[in-house]
Amino acid sequence: MKILNSWLNEFGAFGDDNEKLAEAMTNLGLAVESTSKVGTPVKGVVVAKVLRTERHPDAEKVHRVYVDAGDGKELHVWCGAFNMKPGDLIPLATLGTVMPDGRIITPRGILGIESHGMLCSGTELGLTADSDGIMILPSGLKLGADLFDALKIASDCVFDLDVTRNRPDCNGYLGVARDLGAHLGVKVSPPQGDKAKKGPARKLKVTITDKKRCARYNMTVISGVVVGDSPSWVARRLSNSGMRPINNVVDASNLVMLELNQPTHAFDADKVNNGFKIRCARHGETLLTLDGQVRDLESGDLLICDGKDTPIGLAGVMGGASTEIGANTKTVALETAWFESSGVARTATRLGLKSEASMRFERGVDPHGIDLAVSRFAALLRESCPNLVVHSAATDVKEKTLPPKQKIVALRSSQVTRILGVKLSTKAISAMLAKIGFITKSTSSSKLSNSAILKIAVPSWRPDCETEIDIVEEIARHYGYQNLGKVVPQSTMHGRLSSIQQRRRDIRELVLSMGLSEAMPNPFLAPGDLIKSGLPEDNVIRLANPLVYEESVLRTSLRPGLLKAINFNLSHRASNILLFELGHVYPAGQQDSVEGLPAEYESLCLVGVGESSALALDWWSQISSVMGFGAQLDQAGVEPGYHPKRSAILRRGKQVLGCVGEIDPRVLAQHQINTSVACLELNLSILLAETPRVVVAKPVSRFPRSDFDLAFSVPNSQSAGSVIKALRQAGGAELVDLALFDIYRGAGLPKDSRSLTFRLCIQAADRTLTDAEVTAIRQKFLDAAAKLGARLRD
Amino acid sequence: MSEQNLVGSMTAAINEAKKSAMLAIRSAADLAGLRALSADLNKKDSLLNSFKSEMGKLPSVEDKRSIGQLLNAAATEIAAALESRTREFVDSEISARIESESLDLTELLVQRRRGHSHIVTQATQRLEDVFIGLGFQIAEGPEVETDFHNFEALNMPKSHPARSEFDTMFLEYGEPNSVLLRTHTSPVQIRVMKSWKPPIYAIMPGRVFRRDTPDATHMPVFHQIEGLVIDRGITFAHLAGTIESFTKAFFGSEFTSRLRPSFFPFTEPSAEFDIRREDGEWIELGGCGMVHPNVLVSGGIDPEEFSGFAFGFGIDRMAKERHKVEDIREMYANDLRFLRQF
Repeated sequence: MKILNSWLNEFGAFGDDNEKLAEAMTNLGLAVESTSKVGTPVKGVVVAKVLRTERHPDAEKVHRVYVDAGDGKELHVWCGAFNMKPGDLIPLATLGTVMPDGRIITPRGILGIESHGMLCSGTELGLTADSDGIMILPSGLKLGADLFDALKIASDCVFDLDVTRNRPDCNGYLGVARDLGAHLGVKVSPPQGDKAKKGPARKLKVTITDKKRCARYNMTVISGVVVGDSPSWVARRLSNSGMRPINNVVDASNLVMLELNQPTHAFDADKVNNGFKIRCARHGETLLTLDGQVRDLESGDLLICDGKDTPIGLAGVMGGASTEIGANTKTVALETAWFESSGVARTATRLGLKSEASMRFERGVDPHGIDLAVSRFAALLRESCPNLVVHSAATDVKEKTLPPKQKIVALRSSQVTRILGVKLSTKAISAMLAKIGFITKSTSSSKLSNSAILKIAVPSWRPDCETEIDIVEEIARHYGYQNLGKVVPQSTMHGRLSSIQQRRRDIRELVLSMGLSEAMPNPFLAPGDLIKSGLPEDNVIRLANPLVYEESVLRTSLRPGLLKAINFNLSHRASNILLFELGHVYPAGQQDSVEGLPAEYESLCLVGVGESSALALDWWSQISSVMGFGAQLDQAGVEPGYHPKRSAILRRGKQVLGCVGEIDPRVLAQHQINTSVACLELNLSILLAETPRVVVAKPVSRFPRSDFDLAFSVPNSQSAGSVIKALRQAGGAELVDLALFDIYRGAGLPKDSRSLTFRLCIQAADRTLTDAEVTAIRQKFLDAAAKLGARLRD
Repeated sequence: MSEQNLVGSMTAAINEAKKSAMLAIRSAADLAGLRALSADLNKKDSLLNSFKSEMGKLPSVEDKRSIGQLLNAAATEIAAALESRTREFVDSEISARIESESLDLTELLVQRRRGHSHIVTQATQRLEDVFIGLGFQIAEGPEVETDFHNFEALNMPKSHPARSEFDTMFLEYGEPNSVLLRTHTSPVQIRVMKSWKPPIYAIMPGRVFRRDTPDATHMPVFHQIEGLVIDRGITFAHLAGTIESFTKAFFGSEFTSRLRPSFFPFTEPSAEFDIRREDGEWIELGGCGMVHPNVLVSGGIDPEEFSGFAFGFGIDRMAKERHKVEDIREMYANDLRFLRQF
């Protein structure tokens, strides 16, 4: 909502300290998005008349305009706008004029032909917010006169307010003035209505069939209308408010709307057959609206029809073309109504037809402000139509569904203290509320709640105030948020990270220290992306209304996003590509057992380009040591998308923790990645939920240890892991350290075997092991290995 | 030979032997030579040691004592000379080794860098740490949500007009428009109210989704942080105090905050909060307010017993402005040239 200082001052003596006004509005919750000055005189701009125009064969985008600036001489100007014709009056910025944007007008022209000034648009002169082409001035102005003097333009200030949804009244000057007046102690008066005597009775029949959707409908007949341009002050007001002046009738309707937040619609009474009928549309009906478009109607749309049931308007949204005000309109049938908000919202949204009127009906208009709106419309139109007659006996249908003039809301004074933290007397509360038209009807005290109870009558222009807390907010606004104080509450909780959050940070720190950088790929995938990554796409969750088709599938794994990121970085020749992501994934076809929502868990994925599974295993062993538990490497099963011969599923009991290894070369080929990619993927929801074990200290053995190496030739079919497992079991408590430190393949070994050398350390906690004991344990190792077909090498 | 002469000649011989030993020590060529010399000098039949047996020939006790002292002094002197000469050799040997071990460390400086945390994560963790210091705990919730948690429980029933402002992304799941990607972190408020009991001092950071076409300042997937306090006797002043305290802790003590009236369906009174830099410029940061009684009821909390406040703001914008990132899309391009800067 744009508020002009000059206009606001018609509602009360607010003065012109614009900074103070802007601050006051902001403090009331009417956020001032911007403040701009309009109509500041530009010295050197004069009224000139277009004599003739001429094209130049070598200049396509401009033409030559010859003007008379009052001295009878013909001046030549280049101009890029084509909206003027000979005889039009236009503003000419003469040579040397300093424009509001700082440009200085010089004779420099084009094609070597000079320009003796510049023709101006309203925007260039700071007169209008937006404009098409050069400003065409009203006829009768003196040529050569200073433009700003001739138009009697005084400078003005425009406040652009961000009116929140809960303040429909502030979509009109009266609402803003009321709040501001209460805040600044300025008396506010509503605008003057029409004072002329009413004319003879003329009544148009109105039938309402949908009484919920239309609870009040005033139809007033106004004759003696002469359609023409509005006076220039009206046009300027509308332009400065961001609206386009159209004709005196439509402009008067718009002024009333801006002043009182009450949309009105003027029909050409002579084009309406037999009165009005307000009903819901039937499926298949159409209406040609004012903007020249044929609208297909649905049964939820509320229509204004004529007495013969032909649609002539979309209630609260837009009028129809058939009854539009035209140059020959003599009599206006003025509709001033109250339409139910959600119905208007639905129709406007469905048709993409958000108008100034529909926005206001959507937010809410004052059901009891209609009489003033009708009278004000007549007063404004009378300025350009001196013979205007407002006929008596206007139809004014009020249905029982119409919201009442006042609503009574009970307010406990104790609640004001409890929520706002300040103690206010009932007197102070009543006085504060009275200023915005909220009248205290009675005050009683309740022993039970140890509080006074005020019965507040909320006026009909504030449909948002329905409950006690709404009144508390009004008190807070008018008491001033900044006066409510700042107190830091003493938290009765201990600030800390949960075990899960701490473990997540620990993993994150570790992954960063291993040199991986954090990526955040799009969680939405294109259909086919999963398949490209070797993953199934059955039963995935899809978006019902994706922005684009390419982002319509919820990821079941972090891999596709990281593979895309790898491809992107390779295409930019990045080296040492080590990336990770920590984020939610949504496994296909699984459901959260409690709420029935699609399943969702936190996943961690690490990728290293040009790296093998050795690096992925190193990542896992480091993470596993930070997490405090390990997992079995299961190479029997293969996770789709991984290299079938170079990956393992990480199992811990029955749980699958994740997968480690390299990405399937076929998947890499699909992503134009010509090198191996190491990958580790973990289900963090499982990993983090594990409660870290508290370690109980064991005394360090004071007895000597005995170290020896054993080299076995092990058949390829037997994994190193199984040999390690067997040795561990064989060693029992005395085996304190075991490491696989050499692997050899080559000559001197049986076929399909490799040599694995282990360094073992045995030690007892309570004594020195005898040579015989050491020999016995060594033999146990050999026996255990032999069972797996591993033979000690010579 | 008279007694006097015997003492005199022994004295001269001892001095002579010492002199030659000292000369030999000084002229030793290396540590090995010196060690051989040392062994020679300490042999039982070495020249100096031979005087010990000859000392027996002296008749008087005084003479024995004076020659004995002379012998001891000579032995001490020789031992000291041996030790200092040894140290000279060892020192020079180490010096020579040090000289030969010269290394160019700049050759060895390998660029093995720590990885880079995403700037949104960095901002989130900084925010979390500040609120932990103020006595808050961190709550989390799912990204896929029900209509109830995202709207209805937050005082936005089915037909509420404010719903249309959220540009919700719905999932093809269950009834149409019943399951969605959360449009804000506020549904976590409801989950926290239901699963924790007051007092509640919680923050809720997380990923949120809106059907916004990406541009320089918007992404359809972004991050918010939400705060919720519910306790007995919580007032609007506590809200303002918490915002002020956070502002100073996070941005610096030269910053201040203000609240100005606004509107959100889930809070009342509602406010926007702005922070002011030292240069006087106000920056709009987020929204806040006293938790609406209807929302407390949705969370199973009696609004007559408890009151509370909530606040929330975007994390991405904070990271974007801190690092002066021109286009927010850069933050999500996963370009290592971008990520490695931070």
